[in-house]
Amino acid sequence: MEWEVVIGLEIHAQLATKSKIFSGASTAYGAEPNTQACTVDLGLPGVLPVLNHEAVQMAIKFGLATNSAVAPRSIFARKNYFYPDLPKGYQISQMDLPIVGEGKLDIRLEDGSVKTVGITRAHLEEDAGKSLHEDFQGMTGIDLNRAGTPLLEIVSEPDMRSAKEAVAYMKKIHSIVTYIDICDGNMQEGSFRCDANVSVRPKGQEELGTRSELKNLNSFRFVERAINLEVQRQIEIIEDGGKVVQETRLYDADKNETRSMRSKEEANDYRYFPDPDLLPVEIDQETIEAVRATLPELPDAKQQRFTSEFGLSDYDAEVLTSSRQMADYFETVVKASGGEAKLSANWVSGDLTGSLNKDSKDIDESPVSAAMLGGMIKRIADNTISGKIAKQVFEAMWQGEGDADAVIESKGLKQVTDSGAIEKIVDEIIANNQAQVEQYRSGKDKVFGFFVGQVMKASQGKANPAQVNQMLKEKLKG
Amino acid sequence: MHNKTLSELSAALKAGEFSSTELTQRYLSRIAEFDSQINAYITVSEKQALAAARAADVQIAAGTAGPLTGIPLAQKDIFCTQGVKTSCGSKMLDNFISPYNATVIEHFNQAGSVMLGKTNMDEFAMGSSNETSFYGAVKNPWNTDKVPGGSSGGSAAAVAARLAPASTGTDTGGSIRQPASLCGITGLKPTYGRVSRYGMIAFASSLDQAGPMTRTAEDAALMLNCMAGFDQRDSTSVEREVPDYTANLSDSLEGLTIGLPKEYFGEGLDASVGKAVEDAIAEYKKLGATVKEISLPNTHLAVPTYYVVAPAECSSNLSRFDGVRFGYRCDDPVDLEDLYKRSRGEGFGSEVKRRIMIGAYALSAGYYDAYYIKAQQMRQLISDDFKRAFEEVDVIMGPTAPETAFGIGDKSDDPITMYLSDIYTIAANLAGLPGMSVPAGFVNDMPVGLQIIGNYFDEARLLNVAHRYQQVTDWHQRAPAQFK
Amino acid sequence: MSLTQDDVKKIAHLARLSLSDEDIPDYEKELSNILGLVEQMNAVDTSDVTPMAHPLDMAQRLREDVVTEENHRDEYQAIAPSVENGLYLVPQVIE
Repeated sequence: MEWEVVIGLEIHAQLATKSKIFSGASTAYGAEPNTQACTVDLGLPGVLPVLNHEAVQMAIKFGLATNSAVAPRSIFARKNYFYPDLPKGYQISQMDLPIVGEGKLDIRLEDGSVKTVGITRAHLEEDAGKSLHEDFQGMTGIDLNRAGTPLLEIVSEPDMRSAKEAVAYMKKIHSIVTYIDICDGNMQEGSFRCDANVSVRPKGQEELGTRSELKNLNSFRFVERAINLEVQRQIEIIEDGGKVVQETRLYDADKNETRSMRSKEEANDYRYFPDPDLLPVEIDQETIEAVRATLPELPDAKQQRFTSEFGLSDYDAEVLTSSRQMADYFETVVKASGGEAKLSANWVSGDLTGSLNKDSKDIDESPVSAAMLGGMIKRIADNTISGKIAKQVFEAMWQGEGDADAVIESKGLKQVTDSGAIEKIVDEIIANNQAQVEQYRSGKDKVFGFFVGQVMKASQGKANPAQVNQMLKEKLKG
Repeated sequence: MHNKTLSELSAALKAGEFSSTELTQRYLSRIAEFDSQINAYITVSEKQALAAARAADVQIAAGTAGPLTGIPLAQKDIFCTQGVKTSCGSKMLDNFISPYNATVIEHFNQAGSVMLGKTNMDEFAMGSSNETSFYGAVKNPWNTDKVPGGSSGGSAAAVAARLAPASTGTDTGGSIRQPASLCGITGLKPTYGRVSRYGMIAFASSLDQAGPMTRTAEDAALMLNCMAGFDQRDSTSVEREVPDYTANLSDSLEGLTIGLPKEYFGEGLDASVGKAVEDAIAEYKKLGATVKEISLPNTHLAVPTYYVVAPAECSSNLSRFDGVRFGYRCDDPVDLEDLYKRSRGEGFGSEVKRRIMIGAYALSAGYYDAYYIKAQQMRQLISDDFKRAFEEVDVIMGPTAPETAFGIGDKSDDPITMYLSDIYTIAANLAGLPGMSVPAGFVNDMPVGLQIIGNYFDEARLLNVAHRYQQVTDWHQRAPAQFK
Repeated sequence: MSLTQDDVKKIAHLARLSLSDEDIPDYEKELSNILGLVEQMNAVDTSDVTPMAHPLDMAQRLREDVVTEENHRDEYQAIAPSVENGLYLVPQVIE
């Protein structure tokens, strides 16, 4: 039987506010346990929540960036359940009236086609604390520093049909939230994480299969792996005549397996009801327009501009706009190079990205600044150096040996364009390799490359390749 | 000096008749002498009280004293008080020393008043007789075989027995007004949002409101001046100017229209209590008020509505008492579920457990619409009844409670009968309106309270209406013989 | 609505309350009585009535995004039943 996979994602983006969603405690990552948990975060008797203005602004921003409806009136509700990392015994979330309603998002698939994924809603809620299982015999330690950190939970429609599509969608959301600066996107620190609802059904069947919810997917790679594992598991169960059980499963990256979460097994009855400590959040058109004015150019628009303004391919444009930092870097390179967009694109997505990956560095930590790279590309364009020599220059810049001009100067890498000097080398090579000259003249065109190589070698790579080619062609004609 | 009202004490302190330290010592010794008879206090904070009194005396001497500087007060044990046990009448919080102050407590501290201690109350404010307290029942100073009402029973009894000149209470379904009525004192529940709820341990968040419990309306005005006001920390607190509630106390009542809801004088009302209330209304006519019969047709559904809304909110509000970060934890839990269930099962008393379960049930899947949403719709209807009434009248009057104080143990086995003691007070909480109870006579030597309900934020008028009545009557001046 | 003993046990579990077996019949009776009282609401048709969640007709006020709280861990943990290395301890959580 042929199976169709159905995936919906619930992405949790921690909002990059300074203070928590309902208290004035800091949200900074990595503090000593429970030093950033104030009376409100601890749920002490008598404390009350007051909503953070910035969290609301950020939610509006997301709504606008994804063409979603921003609700003029939204309501906070309590989701009641007992868990030690949930101090109040309820999570303040949104149920019936979320702050962001329906929206749509285009993602590009591997074959280059575009797919539209529906966003069901995005709502504000508070994060829970953390349970630490190590170090205490038979006990669990609870750190509530994270409790009360604002989250935007972005719920998609079950529109994805493969793990790859799910990853593409998640990457798109990641790029949007980081572009609009509402989330730092740091997946290792858990600032951006997701749960996946996965089910399978026979191809052509309308009705959805029973789904499982995969938790703890904190990298793009894990999302893809966990979904594929889960799809395989479900298909095997059904093909063996079994039934998929609706449950929550935890992905264990070390063992690369998913397992049922015993603690969440019982049917949950969250008893949602409007939180009487909070009033309806009202957002008027004026506020929405003010937020809209602060929106930066978004990935899709930027991508389009890169293709039209710089003549880049869709692929290059997408790679270069995958993060705002990358796009900004690229644009600075183009400017510094004197408008060499194509060359800049190749260098940024090629050597630069390769070197960053090799050294595990983010683009804003690059030892070669955008201005430096642009300056080097300018020297390629004005024939000061060849593309080949440029690789040497780039490497030297990466090692901190100064900017392109300094490296070219100190290493004597300036390209030889003096036709007299080149002619001298060419003549010498021809004179010393008569056998190859004969071969070439008798029709073996391939030997031409041999001559180019010899000349370049003799010039230590500095001879202008175009001039060498032209001169060799003329002289070899005889 | 303990028979003086709060305003008289304030004047005497300023005049140097006695010091705050002397006054505080007098109350502390009265508490030591009498409280064993009525059990009004859970905690007496003697050391802190005397320190605060000395600080107040310095201020009084320096001439920087305000109206409440140096005035000893009793605080309901529902308000978090930094460094002083805050039990909420529950075993669950028997070991809870609050690390912070409620906003109301901060206000009193800034005013320089002196906290004598924390008063007894029904556990988590759930009760109408003060019998559900972990610390034992409070007894009515007028007859110690009878209940003082609840949940602010300790606060009411302390004022009635002259163990504090004034106290604070909280009112979710009548918990200020009903004990005020049963103990023969004055109690005011302000408009929802008028007084900050921050640091006041929540029972039902959309109904809870703190207010003063005093001997006179004038004292209540002084107290409310200090308690009311906007609080950044409470999203439901109203950003609205606080008037001087003492300014209009003596305004004439000429032209005042009093609404008498026929539903408040029907079946279930003790005839003698009804007579006392009618006598009080006759006094108002003499003061120039006119009376109009009105109807609040959904009155009989206020109690059923309340017993969905309040338990639903409390079931969630009380989830934080889980034995993890503060409060009672059971011995040797075998696992997490055991920790939760036994800490809560052992830490809460049976009335609290009943209400938590009713609330959890009303919110659970499949019942939410039939109970919770239905109750919210009823709440709207009850609120609309008042809205219509206030188009015709300035205040609404009736009995605070259907009868005078009942005997200890008389109703404690029958929750429903107990719940109906709040039949006249609950509707004001559902609507969020301010209400008062004012001493209005005695039946068989037990006090009767007149309830006055006002429109939103009309506390000044309520206090004016109550004050004028107290100028022509002396019910509020009477004290139980053994505590004079 | 009359509850069964089973219902009482389920609700007690949902609310994480241990009840002794002797107490369950009392709760069964009392909770059923309370629900009986509550169901008097059904006498009124409310199908056209907007539910009232709150007595105030106000919008949520927003707090400026500033850190105002300092570390008071020691004071807050002084009242905790069990702490170690700054963490609250509970019996092991099995995920």
